[in-house]
Amino acid sequence: MGNESKAMIAFTVNGESAEVAFAPHKMLLEVLREDLGLTGTKHGCELGECGTCTVLLDGTPVLSCLVLGLACAGHDVGTVEGMASAGKLHPLQETFADLGAAQCGYCTPAFLLTAQALLAGNPQPTRDEIKDALAGNLCRCTGYIKIYEAVELAAARMRGESAEPTRESLYGA
Amino acid sequence: MLRLPSFRYLQPASLTEALRMKRDAGPDGMFVAGGTDLYPNMKRRHQEPRTVISLMGISDLRATEGRKDGTTVGSCLTLRDLSVLPAFRPYAAVATAARLVSTPLLRNMGTLGGNLCLDTRCNYYNQSYEWRKSIDFCMKKDGKICWVAPSSPRCWAVSSSDVAPVMVAIGAEYGLIGPHGERVVPAARFYNNDGINYLTKQTDEILVEVRLPASNGWDAVYHKLRRRGSFDFPVLGVAAWINWQSGAGSREPLVNDARIVLGGVASYPQEIAEAAAALRGKPLSDETIAAAAEAAYRPSKPMDNTDFDLSWRKQMTRVYVKRALEELRARHT
Amino acid sequence: MARKPSDRRIIGTALRKIDAVAKVTGTTRFADDLAFPRMLYCKLLRATHPHARVVSIDASAARALDGVQAVLTGKDLPIPFGILPVSQDEHALCVDKVRFIGDPVAAVAATSEETATAALDRITVAYEPLRSFDSAEAAVANPEPRIHDYGDSGNLHKLIDLEFGDAAAGIAEGDVVREDLFFFEGNTHLPMEQHAAVAVWSPDGKLTLWSSTQTPHYVHRALAKVLELPPARVRVIATPNGGGFGGKSDPFNHEIAVAKLAMLTGRPVKITLTREEVFYCHRGRHPTLMWVRTGVKKSGAITGMHFRSLLDGGAYGSYGVASTYYTGALQTVTYNIPRYHFQGARAFTNKAPCGPKRGHGTPQPRFALEVHVDKIAEQLGLDPAELRLRTLVPPNSLTANYLRVGSMGLGRCIEKVIAGSEWKKRFRQLPEGRGVGLACSSYISGAGLPIYWNNMPHSGVQLKCDRSGGVTVFCGSTDIGQGSDSILAYIVAEILGIDPFDIAVVTADTDLTPVDLGSYSSRVTLMSGNAALQAAERARQILAVHAAKQLEVPVDRLQFADGRVFDGNDSKRGMSFADAVQAAEAAAGTVGTVGSYTPPRSAGRYRGAGVGPSPAYSYSACVAEVDVDPETGIVRVPTIWIAHDVGRSINAATVIGQVEGSIYMGLGEALMEEMAYRGNRNVVHKIPSLLEYKSPTTLEMCDVITYLVEDPDPNGPFGAKEVGQGPLLPVMPAVANAVYDAVGVRIDEVPITPEKVLKALRRKAKGEAGRVGPESFPDIPWPEPTRVPTPWEGGDGKAVEQVRA
Repeated sequence: MGNESKAMIAFTVNGESAEVAFAPHKMLLEVLREDLGLTGTKHGCELGECGTCTVLLDGTPVLSCLVLGLACAGHDVGTVEGMASAGKLHPLQETFADLGAAQCGYCTPAFLLTAQALLAGNPQPTRDEIKDALAGNLCRCTGYIKIYEAVELAAARMRGESAEPTRESLYGA
Repeated sequence: MLRLPSFRYLQPASLTEALRMKRDAGPDGMFVAGGTDLYPNMKRRHQEPRTVISLMGISDLRATEGRKDGTTVGSCLTLRDLSVLPAFRPYAAVATAARLVSTPLLRNMGTLGGNLCLDTRCNYYNQSYEWRKSIDFCMKKDGKICWVAPSSPRCWAVSSSDVAPVMVAIGAEYGLIGPHGERVVPAARFYNNDGINYLTKQTDEILVEVRLPASNGWDAVYHKLRRRGSFDFPVLGVAAWINWQSGAGSREPLVNDARIVLGGVASYPQEIAEAAAALRGKPLSDETIAAAAEAAYRPSKPMDNTDFDLSWRKQMTRVYVKRALEELRARHT
Repeated sequence: MARKPSDRRIIGTALRKIDAVAKVTGTTRFADDLAFPRMLYCKLLRATHPHARVVSIDASAARALDGVQAVLTGKDLPIPFGILPVSQDEHALCVDKVRFIGDPVAAVAATSEETATAALDRITVAYEPLRSFDSAEAAVANPEPRIHDYGDSGNLHKLIDLEFGDAAAGIAEGDVVREDLFFFEGNTHLPMEQHAAVAVWSPDGKLTLWSSTQTPHYVHRALAKVLELPPARVRVIATPNGGGFGGKSDPFNHEIAVAKLAMLTGRPVKITLTREEVFYCHRGRHPTLMWVRTGVKKSGAITGMHFRSLLDGGAYGSYGVASTYYTGALQTVTYNIPRYHFQGARAFTNKAPCGPKRGHGTPQPRFALEVHVDKIAEQLGLDPAELRLRTLVPPNSLTANYLRVGSMGLGRCIEKVIAGSEWKKRFRQLPEGRGVGLACSSYISGAGLPIYWNNMPHSGVQLKCDRSGGVTVFCGSTDIGQGSDSILAYIVAEILGIDPFDIAVVTADTDLTPVDLGSYSSRVTLMSGNAALQAAERARQILAVHAAKQLEVPVDRLQFADGRVFDGNDSKRGMSFADAVQAAEAAAGTVGTVGSYTPPRSAGRYRGAGVGPSPAYSYSACVAEVDVDPETGIVRVPTIWIAHDVGRSINAATVIGQVEGSIYMGLGEALMEEMAYRGNRNVVHKIPSLLEYKSPTTLEMCDVITYLVEDPDPNGPFGAKEVGQGPLLPVMPAVANAVYDAVGVRIDEVPITPEKVLKALRRKAKGEAGRVGPESFPDIPWPEPTRVPTPWEGGDGKAVEQVRA
């Protein structure tokens, strides 16, 4: 009922060790948002049906609405707040911004992290591999196309290529 | 937002410890693996354990081991592990079924054991407490009537596992451990055709491992019907297994034995013996396939408790069994 | 740079949105991201009966629960509200009866969400059930018991009958008269962000509400009304919306409940709806049954049209009166319809209230019209593209129902998609199972009239030029992801010749920003854009006067570009923009301007003429390609070609994004999305979840080839028209027409599900009509028609009855 005594865990969040106390029935989603102030992680259903709350758990994208906070002790959690470093955006953040892959921006952190995990294991994914990897994240604004293009562009840049958006993707056919 | 009620969370490191914790917790204790089935259900008050015992810290449950007579797979391997393990190439149907569960994100969390023990589903049941109150609840939880078939004495919630039909089809066995020791049951006998008591597993038993038979002379496929290519549970799953007659030479290969198992149409993975009978001793000709598909169609009785119109789902049994068998035929030639 | 200083630098260019970095770093603060010390959590107890009298509510056990700070019931908030002045039929908490499962009856504020949830279990409500109605047909057939005690007849909320010329005579002049029935199932917006609101009450009598709303101005009015607070003491701040699509455009009961709870407890109160509750807020697409009869000459010329619609409105009025008019209004702005009769009815039913979803009231008739036209073309032996091209409404014309069409690029749109899709090589020529279909559409760029009657501007902008060279734009508009904040910055930057990222944009805060009516009707780029344009031009004028003095250059020779103000004949002779502001500030004081926008007066003067007029109409043409599996009826859409006449792109990249997003949402409506209820089980929503309400994933989304057609409209800022809604409209009929091309069956219903396709194929195989769709339109007590002579009959926009009076 929210008045039970709190539990404390130690884990790593965005590369920094953190200790946090919270009601023991809380999900990682709630711990991040409410007890650590990391509201970049969003939620759309709390039942594992939309992908909006995706975070990285030991580098793997998972649904933070279905991971118990207590189960994260000793693990490494990555959120959207950890993607940029030293004031510099991650290449995916750059391309999502440039291509308009974030419209309302609500599902965006989840797509970014899922894409980040994809590129970590597959630096040159095909369009179909991108679609498969992102098939657990719902977006209602973009129709996903700008998201695919942003992932492809960031992947190329992360491979060291000097890629730019195509004219067609920004101005139409 | 939806939140969990409060409960005690325990993280045993061994099976012995897990069993002891369960004994101490009594009927209010439940095991959890990936949590992708239990936690949503707890948020909607389908299951209300006071103690939740996680199996994810027990390393024994994540082992894979090759044996003379097959391969043993730990129940806490994730569905993602299952879909990409090299050892699974001979068991393509298992990997396919695992890969077709829900979403990539959920497969990173959900486990083999969790999918095999998946709570039966029904769109009168997988709803919030308040919603269910509006229909005066149902037999499966807090109510008296099965709204799918109000005059029926039983619950008709649907077995919605993708992997279970494959396990039944290929003749896998499940290794269980409980307070009274270990036992092994054939996959087919792990399930009941009852939406409430859908497992023969006792609540204090743990599904430890799945024993896959040696892969020689047989082949299997899994076809899944659902609205979208992701997220959705099967409204029909077809697992088809064929043991080919050896030494057919240049003649058309003959079916020695077969099993056709349907998911998403009953409270258990439903083996259709008539379909298998239509195949035995015959070549997989168009005619045989059509006969088997027809045989599977007749006993397939989907109810109005999933996505799609039930009569269409029933008709799809014929199409999907046919396509599964055609794929097996194509793979063999 | 070879670019001439007079060239536009920003308008038309693909740029980042000004909030893009906040969005990709997760720093955008949505309503649920807000938290305050001592904040309480609110939960609503919702009705478990679809239609019942509330006999009694006992909340004493809830109040006694540790952590519960307040419990409200209907009697605490007795004043009704609603978005339209004619439909003030909602209460924050039901007072005497509940009208659908999900209607709120009590609100709890507690120290945690868990406690608030537990408190709901301790509230006992006694209901006296009433007969409930789960469809518009049931509501037509049963005038009693009435769901509301107002409305045109029984359970019919609104009845409309408008006739422009003698339509029956016109239809009779056709060489072919065709009659069809269509049904469009209801569906919902499904924004990824669940609605959330936080209220803070200050002891000095001031209320602040943060909410994920598209219409802070209307929420402001509703709060002041229901809470009986002086409007000047109420502040509404719309947080960036995590998707809206029309679903956050009504004032909502939960917003009022948290405000009242904050007033009672003196503590901040937050509510975040569950996904299921978002389905109860709904305000989505009305399920609509339609009947249409059209007379056509062999040439394809339409001689007259009679269109009927019956809308299932759900439990409350919402925007429904406007929605009903919209199902009849825009038929006339694409193809020339010389005489036109429209009859529309909206029924109350015991389901979640319908309202405005992307395309508001027009996707349903557009589906009917475009499939109807496809059938007419086949009947006449004409290519459907050719038929459409022959009957286009000319630009700068007045329609039979007095809508003033300005720029009209539909012909160019059709030509683009016909060429791009290789239509002429594919239509009726692809192998069985594959097909292409064409459909077109049009949509308004803002409504000509406000929701509540007034003479004030629809959008206002204040602009402040700072001596640093920075500029701040204040506007009441709300960014729901479509990029409206950025549009303000681009337009001001273009006029003042500065970097849009040097502009601060303050929006959607009723204390800080001048009124903009809200993000609905595709009105924001045109209306707030024009207001911003006016404010910026005024600022430029002030700056130019003083800069000209200092530079000793005639004012009309000055250029504003690249952060400088300079002589157009000698670009070296100039000063920085900041210096120009300082010069003006030194000479004349603080530099600030205002701009506002009021749409042109509409031509129609008849009752009902308020819905349909717009400063400008966008146009779209769409070709969909489908694969149909004849064994299953499953339809896949590999590619859609879409051309959209946006007038002028302000930012090409956001325009493309709106087009692709519209195609996505249209594809979901075409193939799978539907609000399903169990009529036999208490009219519960069958599938109020993100799992079972089917929204297309990456694996269903098609490829989209987008062509932007720019036919600038004099009423748009730089010629811009809308893009957020129009491109959705042709998707459903294009898919339906493509299914016919692929397998020869007509699915005259949306969504086009595998069950329906297979059923139609079976019927066709048996020699019956290969069609699935509605079979009849019920008898409705239509009122005497309002007869309006058309412009070509010498009409002046007034109804004949009104003339007599």
